[in-house]
Amino acid sequence: MRLVILDNYDLASEWAAKYICNRIIQFRPGQDRYFTLGLPTGSTPLGCYKKLIEYHKNGDLSFKYVKTFNMDEYVGLPRNHPESYHSYMWNNFFKHIDIDPNNAHILDGNATDLQAECDAFEKKIKEAGGIDLFVGGIGPDGHIAFNEPGSSLVSRTRLKTLAMDTILANAKYFDGDLSKVPTMALTVGVGTVMDAREVMILITGAHKAFALYKAIEEGVNHMWTVSAFQQHPRTIFVCDEDATLELRVKTVKYFKGLPWWLRTVQHLPAMRETWVRSLVWEDPLEKEMATNSSTLAWKIPWTEEPGRLQSMGPQRVRHD
Amino acid sequence: MRGGQGAARAPVIQFTNCRILRGGALLREDLWVRGGRILDPEKLFFEERRVADEQRDCGGCILAPGFIDVQINGGFGVDFSQASEDVGSGVALVARRILSHGVTSFCPTLVTSPLEVYHKVLPQIPVKSGGPHGAGVLGVHLEGPFISREKRGAHPEAHLRSFEADAFQDLLATYGGLDNVRIVTLAPELGHSHEVIRALTALGICVSLGHSVADLGTAEEAVQSGATFITHLFNAMLPFHHRDPGIVGLLTSDRLPAGRHIFYGMIADGIHTNPAALRIAHRAHPKGLVLVTDAVPALGLGNGRHTLGQQEVEVDGLTAYVAGTSTLSGSIAPMDTCVRHFLQATGCSVECALEAASLHPAQLLGLEKRKGTLDFGADADFVVLDDSLHVRATYISGELVWQAEEARP
Repeated sequence: MRLVILDNYDLASEWAAKYICNRIIQFRPGQDRYFTLGLPTGSTPLGCYKKLIEYHKNGDLSFKYVKTFNMDEYVGLPRNHPESYHSYMWNNFFKHIDIDPNNAHILDGNATDLQAECDAFEKKIKEAGGIDLFVGGIGPDGHIAFNEPGSSLVSRTRLKTLAMDTILANAKYFDGDLSKVPTMALTVGVGTVMDAREVMILITGAHKAFALYKAIEEGVNHMWTVSAFQQHPRTIFVCDEDATLELRVKTVKYFKGLPWWLRTVQHLPAMRETWVRSLVWEDPLEKEMATNSSTLAWKIPWTEEPGRLQSMGPQRVRHD
Repeated sequence: MRGGQGAARAPVIQFTNCRILRGGALLREDLWVRGGRILDPEKLFFEERRVADEQRDCGGCILAPGFIDVQINGGFGVDFSQASEDVGSGVALVARRILSHGVTSFCPTLVTSPLEVYHKVLPQIPVKSGGPHGAGVLGVHLEGPFISREKRGAHPEAHLRSFEADAFQDLLATYGGLDNVRIVTLAPELGHSHEVIRALTALGICVSLGHSVADLGTAEEAVQSGATFITHLFNAMLPFHHRDPGIVGLLTSDRLPAGRHIFYGMIADGIHTNPAALRIAHRAHPKGLVLVTDAVPALGLGNGRHTLGQQEVEVDGLTAYVAGTSTLSGSIAPMDTCVRHFLQATGCSVECALEAASLHPAQLLGLEKRKGTLDFGADADFVVLDDSLHVRATYISGELVWQAEEARP
């Protein structure tokens, strides 16, 4: 895995947003070639969404040829309820960008046949050619999406009952009234996310620190479902300092001390230049690491266009 | 034709780069319009999977619901109380000219007049939707003739009336019918007024108290019988007294029917009410304040002598008097001027000032689902304002019906 540690929430959000932005641009999406993105909800990715919107409004990034698949949605909550994930995605992301509504997929928690809805969602992902980059978060109980402790690590999209930890964590969105929090949700499975070609998990805040520890320093365990990604070939964990509080000093020092990473942290605004450049010039340390953790596989797309935060150039992003 | 089956195919217009008044706050949101109504863009995105057909940049302006004037006696030389042969074209002229003041709906007002005038004029002022031709007519406001002699103000004494034994029939005979009538102002201390108030309320007509010497008790009983409005608070009524606040006391009365509060019109032209009095009323009961112009035919005409009802009026700057006296004869301040003056005099928020001219009159008339609001499903009647609340453009049913000179291409 890659563990990327930024000083604070804002820097972590920005790093993640730049990564997503560069990924989309390097992919060169077009009419017959859509970039598929898996998306999370919650308070953690808000900063990242804001940054992506900023890049879009600057004309640097278009979502015209991007397809999105959200991880989950509550069951039984009206679609236009202010706390539904449809509302969240509309208000925090979709209404600010140029995505085609037909390409924004979110599970329907009010479908008459919930399992059929889940199966159809899996089918849509397959028809879209699979997910290029699945962005996710982690719950305080170590869950990915709503794959609560005890979820099968090869699970697919299905109906889940929420764990008490999750209900407590979500109560703040429902006026602190536990009785108002939905108890069931449709969610992509651990297996569904594992199928993605690349996974990026955002983890910020001290309250997530223990979950991060369990996810990356302990074994693969269905009680901490994010741990499944130890067995994914391309996963990045993006965190802030607070989220590393339960990790061993050795782990943090290792990942923070990586040479390419040091340069990156020192010169964040020019991050993509130094990072990409170092890969192009085959930093020997990096090469050594590559053989151990298959980062070599990542090199190919990144060597294409070194330089500034990549832009889609003169492509107009506003409807004229 | 708003709504309906054709609406789904109508183009979707997205007004961007603006702040809209919604839920009592100015939000940095886009306003979406289709088929003459405000559209829910989230629903459009997730259910119909559509985007806007056209985007219009509002240059950072404020988008507020169109203003609603429930008391306007005429303007631009037109006098609604004059029994001319073509009342319709007079109403149409005023309707068109007030668009530049941000008014998208109004109640043409008739002052105390002889029977013949009511019988001739009323049938010629039908309820009508607004559009490029002018602001919509919500119904007529009949101010008089069942008012107090002592507090008649500019109304002609000769045509004042009181209720006879069969009060409601008397009223019907006076007006010649109540089709097209939306508001009736009367003095509740007149005998038999309660049965009239109840009958009018049952017909869905708004009853307003004004031009009256009623004490608070009488006024409260009138409200219990169905009255919901006070015509130009402070003017043409007994002054506030600490042992009998009179009609003014309705603002803080605890004897009103549960769940209801009184609405009251205020002429915020800087002349009809001292700013301190305006502030007292606003602070005592902000939710009930309705800005009205009570504009006379001299509105928009300039200094000199003009006609109002059966009398002559003298205009001097922003003031209009009954010719030869010092009695005020209605205001000539346009609605947007009133909004700005109200904002400045009370120091209230911009949202509050805008609601006083839009949401509150809509609530008074029970129209708050369709008018006076930018909520989804409401009629797309709105006004584009700059930060100092000057009108830049007016829209009715999502169509541009007026635009300031500088803004025109």
